[in-house]
Amino acid sequence: MTTADTTTPAIEIQGVGMVFNGGRPNEVTALTDIDLTVQAGEFISLIGPSGCGKSTLMRIVGDLETPTSGAVRVNGKDPRQARLDHDYGMAFQQAGLFDWRTVSANIELPLELMKWNKARRQTRSSELLDLVHLADFGAMRPWELSGGMQQRVAIARALAASPGLLLMDEPFGALDEMTRERMQGELVRICAETGATVIFVTHSIPEAVYLSDRVVVMSARPGQITDVIPVALGERNEDTREDPTFFASITTVREALRGAPAPAVTGSNSVDIS
Amino acid sequence: MSTVEAPQTQAPKPKTPSTNPGRGRSLIPPLIVGVVAVVAWEVLVRVFNIQKFLIPRPSSIIAALSTSWADILEGTKRTGYVAVSGLIVGVIIAVALALLCTRFHFMADALTPMAAALAATPIVALAPIYFKWFGATDATAKQCVVVSVVIFPVFINTARGLLEVQNVQIELMHTYGVGDWAILREVRLPNALPFFFTSLKVASSLAVIAAIVAEYFGGQQGTLGSIITQSAGLSRYDRAWAAVLMAALLGIVLYAIVVVLERTFIPWERADARR
Ligand SMILES: Nc1ncnc2c1ncn2[C@@H]1O[C@H](COP(=O)(O)OP(=O)(O)O)[C@@H](O)[C@H]1O
Ligand SMILES: [Mg+2]
Repeated sequence: MTTADTTTPAIEIQGVGMVFNGGRPNEVTALTDIDLTVQAGEFISLIGPSGCGKSTLMRIVGDLETPTSGAVRVNGKDPRQARLDHDYGMAFQQAGLFDWRTVSANIELPLELMKWNKARRQTRSSELLDLVHLADFGAMRPWELSGGMQQRVAIARALAASPGLLLMDEPFGALDEMTRERMQGELVRICAETGATVIFVTHSIPEAVYLSDRVVVMSARPGQITDVIPVALGERNEDTREDPTFFASITTVREALRGAPAPAVTGSNSVDIS
Repeated sequence: MSTVEAPQTQAPKPKTPSTNPGRGRSLIPPLIVGVVAVVAWEVLVRVFNIQKFLIPRPSSIIAALSTSWADILEGTKRTGYVAVSGLIVGVIIAVALALLCTRFHFMADALTPMAAALAATPIVALAPIYFKWFGATDATAKQCVVVSVVIFPVFINTARGLLEVQNVQIELMHTYGVGDWAILREVRLPNALPFFFTSLKVASSLAVIAAIVAEYFGGQQGTLGSIITQSAGLSRYDRAWAAVLMAALLGIVLYAIVVVLERTFIPWERADARR
């Protein structure tokens, strides 16, 4: 595994705040006073009402936004350095596959850009296709696949360079419930096989509980962390969803969301399409 | 494996995405319609004894085409040269401008209204001015008309294709730690290709129209445009129509070449997204 030594946390967020359009009439305080430390190999979900800053927080970790205050360290480095070192793999709600590349070539793109030679790339992409159970689909075009399959290709692509850290922003948000549960199962398996640290943004309480070691509950206006709930479900399998501990954790997270200063999960009046 | 889990276990579809079942068949219906129309035209003109200065019979147009074949072929070559060379130069300028707009966003703000203004101008109206600038006997003035007409659609469409890229795709490229050049090569250019070819199809037809209309205003003799004006002036309508027929063929051939290029360069185009 390419994870850093165990003494350095994978992610350290200290006093991070984010203000968009500062000083202008459309100023938005997206995040205030965020502190969070994530250990290597941990699976963390961010949950909270729309507009509470989940995506923004994930994007700050991934160096797609620069916080207006506070400090972020990723594997002990500046996020920018971590990005240039290919420490991240990202997946979003939109698969964002390239129509002009075959499924295999989509997975190989990050490796091409890292100047891997062709033989090595092909070996890696067929490994990844096996991992996401799409071994027979490498030669097809993305648009020939179903939504769930496309999302699995996007995850395979995010894993291509064996990043230690996966950042996922509602990657299953556009999928139907059945596909979604199957994908969750696959993600758990993949994370166990790769040992990656994951930050996973979601709207779904069962999804957060099923996947995570800890669920980070956020509230809106201003976006902040109100609770961090550990989930002790042990190894996930088919029966986990029927487990009383699973329901108990769901209840805990739901109550934490209700107890948050902001209305309820669906009560936000923000118009956020995420 | 025909269980409810079908989405995961469905059989792979054909591996060559260029296999569009509609492509082979699609030629037959228009051919039939075309033949029926020509026969109906011939019959109606004969039955109702329509004056030939109004509409000549298809058979007399074909006859005129064969008697004046050498002149009309030469005219087609000259007009074709103007249309194709103007098209190529116009496309190069338009693509260069679109690339500049991608690199420097302020240029997009400056150039788009200018290009729109250019499009609203009836460019062929500039032909007499171009003739003054470049001389009437040279092909340059007419090439300039074609270039001016071609630039707008190609520029606007190509710029859209280069700029309207999924944000997710750009951000992914950022996470790979690559710069603008890799984003251009891997995302913007391939994204723009379908837009580019769509505009090229429009531009190829416009180029032939612009060349012929420019020829109406004068310049070099023996072109399709001058054959049409002269023949009409001498009441040789069958010969004028024969030249129009060749102009149409020229436009169709250019269009067909673009379609072949498009299918060669965009093997990934979805069959269902064809414009
Ligand atoms: N680029 C931006 N410019 C201005 N405001 C933004 C931008 N990105 C996010 N915001 C605002 O920040 C807040 C948090 O957004 P986001 O992180 O997307 O929320 P979430 O993912 O939790 O739904 C929202 O009010 C949103 O409108
Ligand atoms: Mg979001």
